[in-house]
Amino acid sequence: MRDLVIIGGGPAGMSAAITARESGIQDILILERDGQLGGILQQCIHNGFGLHKFGEELTGPEYAWKYEKKVKELGIEYKLNTMVLDITKDRVITATNSSDGIFELKAKAIILAMGCRERSKGALNIAGTRPAGIYSAGTAQKYVNTMGYLPGKNVVILGSGDIGLIMARRMTLEGAKVRAVCEIMSYSGGLARNIEQCLNDFDIPLKLEHTVVEIHGKERLEGVTIAKVDKNRKPILDTCEYIPCDTLLLSVGLIPENELSKKADVDISSITNGAIVDQDRQTSCEGIFACGNVLHVHDLVDFVSQEAELAGKAAAEYIKQGKKQTIEIAIKTDGKIRYTVPQVITDSKDVTLFFRVSDIYKNAKICVSDGDKQILSKHRPKLAPGEMESITLKGEQICGAKELYLSLEVQ
Amino acid sequence: MERKLTCIVCPLGCELVVTIEDNNVIKVCGNTCKRGEVYAKNECTCPKRTVTSTAMCDNGSLVSVKTDSPIPKEKIYECMQIINSVTVKLPVAVGDIIVKDVFGSNIVATQNRS
Ligand SMILES: Cc1cc2nc3c(=O)[nH]c(=O)nc-3n(C[C@H](O)[C@H](O)[C@H](O)COP(=O)(O)OP(=O)(O)OC[C@H]3O[C@@H](n4cnc5c(N)ncnc54)[C@H](O)[C@@H]3O)c2cc1C
Ligand code: SF4
Repeated sequence: MRDLVIIGGGPAGMSAAITARESGIQDILILERDGQLGGILQQCIHNGFGLHKFGEELTGPEYAWKYEKKVKELGIEYKLNTMVLDITKDRVITATNSSDGIFELKAKAIILAMGCRERSKGALNIAGTRPAGIYSAGTAQKYVNTMGYLPGKNVVILGSGDIGLIMARRMTLEGAKVRAVCEIMSYSGGLARNIEQCLNDFDIPLKLEHTVVEIHGKERLEGVTIAKVDKNRKPILDTCEYIPCDTLLLSVGLIPENELSKKADVDISSITNGAIVDQDRQTSCEGIFACGNVLHVHDLVDFVSQEAELAGKAAAEYIKQGKKQTIEIAIKTDGKIRYTVPQVITDSKDVTLFFRVSDIYKNAKICVSDGDKQILSKHRPKLAPGEMESITLKGEQICGAKELYLSLEVQ
Repeated sequence: MERKLTCIVCPLGCELVVTIEDNNVIKVCGNTCKRGEVYAKNECTCPKRTVTSTAMCDNGSLVSVKTDSPIPKEKIYECMQIINSVTVKLPVAVGDIIVKDVFGSNIVATQNRS
């Protein structure tokens, strides 16, 4: 029997491990399927990480290194090149690697930190052929940044999420010509700073309310037809424009990687595609915790680390003291606010609710109420779907509440 | 003259309005913190960027690198050429200088490779 097993050695897994050790847990094991710790950060070689956490601007690998160093200093055990195949409700883990073969472990607590994968759905709805030259933006990032292979010379990017924006700049710097970034919505899903420094700096056009309607080419991509869309996101046919290109990158969003969580029967939210958790990031299965991108997609790794600290600390307490649920308050949202993490509160201490909105709202008031009673309201000049928001409730404010309702009042 | 900018120093991305008279920045609005003001002044006089890329190691693998301070924006491509022309001798650790004095900055490794 192991005390704590952590699945995934990205920033979430490492940060949870460090906090659990600092909270007094000696027996910790991280299982990582890759050949190095650091997760997706190893391919995110651009800077912009760690401003919140460390007050300095780091690249992805540097941010990961800060944690890896700590993991090594604390002597936390980890196994690389080890893929977890299965977990059960009673916390039995099946994993495999080339030296141990297939092996089983039982753990007092598990932390899920498997990160996320890219959506590829966007491609399927496009008419035309399926030639070579179509990649997800993250795959292209892996090729360019870890293998030194440039997927193409003439590029169109569909979707304006941060990875797409980062790759527009990256491929430009490596000598490719990025013809356009098409975004079906009227706003970009990426951070304003990335529009500025990845597109505007290089005069790459961002075509809002545009999508790719047809793919051309037999074996290799030869071009795409793009068109403007109407209010219902249907292409307006007389706005069609042909752009010759040999590469199409899809940057249409990330989705938590929860195949394993489902095997353990962890309740999954249909909105976040991650586990439903309480303030300690404990899932519906006792002793199984989740944090980082496997729980909900974060834009900033700083918040991933913060969340992982919560999970690491709570897992440590659980290992030492077992479950101690005192209350159960569900949190509901009005749709303008799409979801919150946590979705349920089981202890009346201070809690920060993280959430995302479904559209761009200006001059909005975030309201938290319990039945007819308003608990808190906060004004925000601007809210956007691309940016995670948070609001903190004091223990005494939630004490005695039955169900919390989060809504947005827009003037 | 007024110029609109998006501050790129942190993920908040504040929208800045800069008032310029006789090529001097006389007022910055819209910034949430002091760094935004510094950014606006630089952006209107000598815009600078940190360059991140990868360099080839002597065993054919890649190591990620960056300029350890921002360099003038118009030097980005020249900086890329310098990065692409070096071969890094292994082993290399985070922070090791790969090329010295590149447009007022150094190219340093951001990954460990051995
Ligand atoms: C392309 C891209 C660009 C980004 N840019 C920025 C940025 O500029 N600034 C910023 O702050 N944030 C950025 N982020 C966000 C940040 O990198 C992520 O939020 C963070 O890395 C998530 O950490 P994680 O540990 O949850 O997941 P990951 O880093 O994805 O780590 C998950 C780990 O789990 C392992 N794993 C998965 N399944 C298994 C299994 N079955 N068995 C064993 N191991 C498994 C994986 O190999 C991986 O190492 C970016 C993210 C991406 C994808
Ligand atoms: S002004 Fe300050 S808070 Fe606003 S984006 Fe710039 S650095 Fe961030």
